[in-house]
Amino acid sequence: MSDSLLEISNLRIALNGDSDKQVVKGLNLKIQPGQTMCLVGESGSGKSLSALATMGLLPKVLSPLEGSSIRLKGEELLGASPGRMRNLRATAMSMIFQEPMTALNPVARVGQQIEEVLEFHSDLGQSERRRKTLEMMDAVHLPDIEKLYRSFPHQLSGGQRQRIMIAMALIMRPQLLIADEPTTALDVTTQAQILTLIRELREQQGSAVLFITHDMGVVSEIADDVTVLKLGEVMETQNVDNLLRHPQTDYTRDLLRSVPSQVPRPPRSDRSEKIVLKTDDLCKTYGGTGLIFKSREVKAAQDVSLKLMQGRTLGIVGESGSGKSTVARCIMRLIDPTSGSITVGGQDIATLSQKELKPQRKNIQIVFQDPMRSLNPRIEVGQSIIEGPLNFGVSQEAAMARARELLELVGLPASAVDRFPHQFSGGQRQRIAIARALAMDPDVLVADEAVSALDVSVQAQVLDLLAELQERLGLGILFITHDLGVAAQICDEVMVMQFGRVVEYGPAAQVLGQPQQDYTKALIAAAPGRHWDFANFRPFAESAPAAGG
Amino acid sequence: MIGYIFQRILAAVPVMGFVALFVFLLLRLTPGDPAAIIAGDTATPAQLEAIRDSLGLNDPMLVQFFTWIGRLLQGDFGTSILSGKPVIELIEARMEPTISLALTTITLSVVIAVPLGVIAAWKHGTLIDRFVMLLSVLGFSIPVFVIGYLMISLFSMELKWFPVQGFRPIGDGVGDFLERIALPTFTLTLLYIALIARITRTSMLEILGDDYIRTARAKGLPESRVLMRHALRNCSVPIITVIGIGFALIISGVVVTESVFNLPGLGRLTVDAVLARDYPVIQAVILLASLIYVVINLLIDIAYVLLDPRIRYS
Repeated sequence: MSDSLLEISNLRIALNGDSDKQVVKGLNLKIQPGQTMCLVGESGSGKSLSALATMGLLPKVLSPLEGSSIRLKGEELLGASPGRMRNLRATAMSMIFQEPMTALNPVARVGQQIEEVLEFHSDLGQSERRRKTLEMMDAVHLPDIEKLYRSFPHQLSGGQRQRIMIAMALIMRPQLLIADEPTTALDVTTQAQILTLIRELREQQGSAVLFITHDMGVVSEIADDVTVLKLGEVMETQNVDNLLRHPQTDYTRDLLRSVPSQVPRPPRSDRSEKIVLKTDDLCKTYGGTGLIFKSREVKAAQDVSLKLMQGRTLGIVGESGSGKSTVARCIMRLIDPTSGSITVGGQDIATLSQKELKPQRKNIQIVFQDPMRSLNPRIEVGQSIIEGPLNFGVSQEAAMARARELLELVGLPASAVDRFPHQFSGGQRQRIAIARALAMDPDVLVADEAVSALDVSVQAQVLDLLAELQERLGLGILFITHDLGVAAQICDEVMVMQFGRVVEYGPAAQVLGQPQQDYTKALIAAAPGRHWDFANFRPFAESAPAAGG
Repeated sequence: MIGYIFQRILAAVPVMGFVALFVFLLLRLTPGDPAAIIAGDTATPAQLEAIRDSLGLNDPMLVQFFTWIGRLLQGDFGTSILSGKPVIELIEARMEPTISLALTTITLSVVIAVPLGVIAAWKHGTLIDRFVMLLSVLGFSIPVFVIGYLMISLFSMELKWFPVQGFRPIGDGVGDFLERIALPTFTLTLLYIALIARITRTSMLEILGDDYIRTARAKGLPESRVLMRHALRNCSVPIITVIGIGFALIISGVVVTESVFNLPGLGRLTVDAVLARDYPVIQAVILLASLIYVVINLLIDIAYVLLDPRIRYS
């Protein structure tokens, strides 16, 4: 017992102290020194709340119930005085958060934000504090530390900010590091670097890590042991290898099966030669204008030429800043391309005026990333869906009848037309967003990171839905994503972009299976969990039939 | 930064030009004749005409405008029609009470309101929070003259702590100055406390929910540090904006307060000038107020850059 660094037993967290409103229902967890424990679960599983409870940082409306216990090196944390908790934070336990963009104070220099920890938790003098801060910044492999020390958060990249967070968390060498989805908001190559860094520092400092994630790929890379949570309840706790090979509960099995495989789908025979969307040398340049001084030009998209056939899916993959969303927005004419052509419905729409564009809009529709924000919260779902058709002269009754059909088509009850967006879950809202796009009977559906904000099980359902709709309606889908697994699962063709340029473009099996370009190879190599065939509960290395057995 | 300030000062020139034109036209287009007021009820048409001539009111509008602008540029704000004194002297004499009142009021309000707002947000939903909100509703809703007379009746008539009214320049002694400025300051400050406390509380509430506040707490910092250094600093932009605008509002005229306490300030000068159709004075006062607004806006924008490194002007 006493050898556990952190021991959480029967942790129950409830809303307003009401035991009927439990969000964490009896969590038991033990972490040994030097161990990495992954806490895995989808949204609403209570994984972040358990971590916040450990740090004593739960929002005021939530509180642990009687009988809950969290012990750090044998010391009970629940009920410890605020002063004691403050002393323990940063020195005995630290936490890093998901969003490096918002987790740092935007108006304070990052070096000082790290140094502040020393100010309150050590007796070091000013020059000594500064020296130690720079040392720590160096330890998290930040470049040009003297300059970065004086920088503000907005001047740093996402990966650099997360390194600052890690430096801040580990400068007092706490025995426990809690990492709450620390790589979720980062690009895959940055994610790989941060995971390596966390592993490296854990070994150097000998600290234990409580790593919270929803991503099985990340789990397979970093975990020693895994605890799976669902709606506040522990499903199972196992060694990572055992968990991935022999999951004990249906929930874990489903979770693993939902992980998009990195292996591209088998090629589909061409059923149609009809081109529904084509761009030639599409370019978008920002800046370069200005009254007196020319502002710096940014080439967000350069010479992008693509072709999408009826009933096929073309994926554009890339990291942030690659220009993939710029291309999607140009194609939708949400922004005006600088040059090049966009052919939709047999017509070049790149240079049409807004008025000329209007009749063309129905041919191409978009589904956005965040279903929580892309539906007007004050308008009933039905009204949102029929708004487009009404604009094109469809009668209210006909449009509403069609809205009901569409909702059923996307797997929701027809009665949903009278309800408001907040009455639906994220996955359901994304279905509504798809129904809204389909209400215009488009030839082309643009899905801009349309499943990125969803839990993996929901993501799998929405991907299935898109495939089914494509089958039925012969839609051409332009699928923008940063997730190679998702791209592998749904796309016939894949285009890889970096810094606004097309790096590689071809059939999915070829681009993702035998990539030719270094960048594509690097992207694939950085994808966490690429060695695991999660759906079949074994590593890929074991899935090939053993030769000469 | 210096280039930016220079640019902003240049941009203020056309703004002031437009204000001048607007002020000039507005007054010429409102009914009422200064000559009639000067001449009194018994004047003959010939006398009126003579007065108009001497004031230049019979010249074409364009000539009047450019004559006025030309003199302005030489620092000549004209002569008051009513008193016959140079306008610049009138304004100079009235500046001190108004600026004094603005400074004391804003200083006192900030010192009281910002901590109140911070505490209210920190103790959100508790009795303290409700008390601050109640205070702010009262501050907004009780008319200034009611507060003024209540103050006089309580502190001057009953307790005899302060004189009823009047003003002493700070040059005559700080004690005398404070004794006389105290009541008008208390009167006005309630409104500004309400305003500033409210904006502080609202911005703090928003900021306290931000991720970096959680980070600051996760670092084990004491609450005072979290509140002052991490939260308040991030609210400073809206708070500074309100303080700046509040300051400009007081300078450009708190007529009621000045009247209640018989302070010889700009507000009363303006009202007297308007009632007498004293064009040169009205024009000068409005121009001065616009200038103050332009300057304060510039100062606010400079403060933004200093307070928030994300804001950069080119």
